[in-house]
Amino acid sequence: MTVENILEIKNLKTYFSLDKDRVVKAVDGVSYVVPKGKTLGIVGESGSGKSITALSVLRLVDEPGEIVDGEILFKGEDLVKKKVSEMRKIRGNQISMIFQEPMTSLNPVHSVGKQIKETLHIHEDLIRQEANHKALDLLKLVGIPSPEKRLTQYPFELSGGMRQRVMIAIALACNPELLIADEPTTALDVTIQAQILELIKELQAELHMSVMLITHDLGVVAETCDFVAVMYAGKVVEYADVDTLFESPKHPYTVGLLNSLPRHDIKMEELTPIKGMVPSPFEMPEGCRFAPRCPFATALCQEKLPDLEKKENGQEVRCWIYTDEWDGEEVKVYEPNATT
Amino acid sequence: MANQDEKLVKSEASFMRLRTSPKMRSLKGFYRKLKRNRAALVGGYLIILLMIIATIGPFFLSHGINDVDYTVRLQPPSSEFWLGTDHNGRDIFSRIIYGAQITLIVGFLSVIFGGVAGVVIGIVSGYYGGKIDAVIMRIMDVLLAFPGILLALAIVSILGPSIINVIYAVAIYSVPSFARIVRGSTLATKELEYVDASRALGASDFRLIFKHILPNVTSPLIVQATLSIATAILTASGLSFLGLGAQPPSPEWGAMLNDGRGYMYDSGYIALFPGLAIVLAVLAFNLFGDGIRDALDPKTK
Repeated sequence: MTVENILEIKNLKTYFSLDKDRVVKAVDGVSYVVPKGKTLGIVGESGSGKSITALSVLRLVDEPGEIVDGEILFKGEDLVKKKVSEMRKIRGNQISMIFQEPMTSLNPVHSVGKQIKETLHIHEDLIRQEANHKALDLLKLVGIPSPEKRLTQYPFELSGGMRQRVMIAIALACNPELLIADEPTTALDVTIQAQILELIKELQAELHMSVMLITHDLGVVAETCDFVAVMYAGKVVEYADVDTLFESPKHPYTVGLLNSLPRHDIKMEELTPIKGMVPSPFEMPEGCRFAPRCPFATALCQEKLPDLEKKENGQEVRCWIYTDEWDGEEVKVYEPNATT
Repeated sequence: MANQDEKLVKSEASFMRLRTSPKMRSLKGFYRKLKRNRAALVGGYLIILLMIIATIGPFFLSHGINDVDYTVRLQPPSSEFWLGTDHNGRDIFSRIIYGAQITLIVGFLSVIFGGVAGVVIGIVSGYYGGKIDAVIMRIMDVLLAFPGILLALAIVSILGPSIINVIYAVAIYSVPSFARIVRGSTLATKELEYVDASRALGASDFRLIFKHILPNVTSPLIVQATLSIATAILTASGLSFLGLGAQPPSPEWGAMLNDGRGYMYDSGYIALFPGLAIVLAVLAFNLFGDGIRDALDPKTK
């Protein structure tokens, strides 16, 4: 049985041309798929291009950023080729997005109810009473206590967690098929984080939507996602389903991320950070972009960029170690330090 | 300790309220802040008084504004003529009361015209940015480079002297200051996440501008409008004084000032009272404008 994909990104390139000869290749040939009804986690450090990829999907990249190449197939239709007015009908209706900062993502001068109804207003023809009803239903759906009262309240009267719930309600107003969540829990307390993630998970099952969850927290990924794409410096370095990724990560960067994370299932003496920094967008290494920080890097890695290659279990990895051209000695990239 | 925390939370809450909620709560808080500034309060009451005088004052006058009576010309203030009479024997008090109407209409209309144009120009400029912004703002800079009264003078000379043209002139020269303020606030507001968020939900440019950006630039706008009214009144009186605005026998304050010019030494009150009226009106709007600027400023407590 083949899994249907709601979103397929193929070789997407989003560049920011600062001036004539300085171009920041924020997203440089990214490809991944979001299977229908599943959650794809996108992990990566700050500046790895994960948010820009998401904004590219909605075609919301601001000047001087621009999608220069690639395809974004949403239900088989290429969003890159859509007209501005067509995109506007898709945003909030079929694809919705929630942002990182619930504190500032709501307009301070409008009541919560008004802001929920606004999205309904844009995409659906509802009379006032229906809209009021629906707004109330949405607030109930996202589990806000005393929803009737909240409708007339202003964002500053709500806590961060409640605001994020309101944001989710707004995003879900028109039953989107794909929800893009850009670090939805980063600004929240740990306990609230868990609640919000649980909520997204529940709603996903209830409304049969696909979710693209952008995060830099592998713990969040392990808990909520079905598939994971690991991004580094504008490229996907590894793509796998969540179990495969945590059990047998292949790319040294993924391994580095896992080693820098405290885990309950494996006994660890100490955490190993990844040394060095993400290369500056102006001084991208010619070869593998992770080579300067990679403990296994060889001359080949410095010179040539590896391709994203398919392995067993649908896992994809961009690393020379797993190819025939590998010129170094045999290495074991990932070794669980101890058994459970 | 807990008490202190509570206090902190409370003061923070009232602060947030003031800045964010446009409804009654914020109006109350706004008034409370304004009340602490005596001068602003006086300004505000003066403005209200002026408005009342301008609307119902003319119904209570015993002298008409154009009742020429040469038997009583150049009379000093008395119980019959409270502020004296001018060289045509007209009652100065009645004329000043009527003049208040003209002054306020000129002040408000020119600021409304100029403000609306300035807001639209500023928002478009700030929101779209790029070349549109560069072109519009350079034109505004050119307008701004002229001293206000000089620009108004030039415009009235082209359009011809009349009080209506003074309104247009003052409106045109107040456009750049509105445009700049609104552009600045728009630039700041459009970077906020909720603007991105509503764009991500499919809102059009038009909706973003009017539903999300405009309500958030209103406070600097209100301040600018109030202060602009003061300038508008002053400029309009100035133009009328120069004979380019209200034409005789209109009881416009600037024109009355001009009437009294020839009698300064013998009957100074003819020029004095319209002059005082201008000072009072301008002062009222300036004080009030300064007061609401402080009250709307989140940094003052």
